[in-house]
Amino acid sequence: MSDGQGPAENDKPTPRAIVAGHGDFANGLVSAVDLITGRGGQLIPVAVPGLCAEDIEALIRERMRESGVKVIFTDLQAGSCTMAARRILRGVDDALLIAGVNLPTLLDFVFADQMPVIDAARRSAERGRSAITVVGSAGGVKQA
Amino acid sequence: MTLVLHRIDDRLIHGQVVVGWGQPLNIQFIVLVDDAVAASEWEQELYRMGVPPEMDVYFLNVGDAIAALPRYRDDSRNGILLTGDIETMRRLVDDGGIPNVNLGGIHHRAGRTQRLRYVFLNNDEEAALRDIATQGVSISAQDVPGARPIPLDDLLAGVAG
Repeated sequence: MSDGQGPAENDKPTPRAIVAGHGDFANGLVSAVDLITGRGGQLIPVAVPGLCAEDIEALIRERMRESGVKVIFTDLQAGSCTMAARRILRGVDDALLIAGVNLPTLLDFVFADQMPVIDAARRSAERGRSAITVVGSAGGVKQA
Repeated sequence: MTLVLHRIDDRLIHGQVVVGWGQPLNIQFIVLVDDAVAASEWEQELYRMGVPPEMDVYFLNVGDAIAALPRYRDDSRNGILLTGDIETMRRLVDDGGIPNVNLGGIHHRAGRTQRLRYVFLNNDEEAALRDIATQGVSISAQDVPGARPIPLDDLLAGVAG
């Protein structure tokens, strides 16, 4: 937990989503969520080093089965985890994939725990999309 | 330009291919040769969604690929020839015109031995790679452009580090 004063073991939050991606992306992002909010326990990080496509799909499927979560966040549209999630969601109408996740997306998601999880995921994706900001004038259009 | 990379990668189209190699090599098309994918509209759509709109993907089975490769080699754009397994690449090499092969990702599976973090091979696959090499094809393992290429001999000798 972020400050050593997180919830007691019997208050452990119910997982609500999987976060999967390249390298340590998932662990890093979930760690950041927990550091900021103490709510990282809502997210299950999944790393896939050295796994073939079939094993990535099997791993994510197993994490969904054992946790019951219906939302998957992945890092990159073309990534192996995204491909695997798309295969898992084929023909499934009660689960959702959000590809291209960022930290603002997950922060919004973990605070929306009173909302139905699918609605929360959809809203958080929009919040995350709008949270990218460019600061500074370098490379911009010159003012007359 | 032409086909600038001939890659074996069991994840087929994914981040390393589209972004890792695609951007520095200015890749504008991918020739994905896989009999199963070529037979499935759904699989093709899945992979097509993984590439940016300005990048074309052509899905071919091995037979059609052998016939079409001369055309792709003469293409004015930069392209990647991509297979998901060694045997498919070997069949393409047998037809000629492939000077080098990049081992980009052959991941863990029962019966395979780890050679690199991203390369696992069984005995038949090692033999197939040696067979490809005897045809004058340069083979090296390299997952991303910034990594050091590992020649096949070093890979199989276990001195890849």
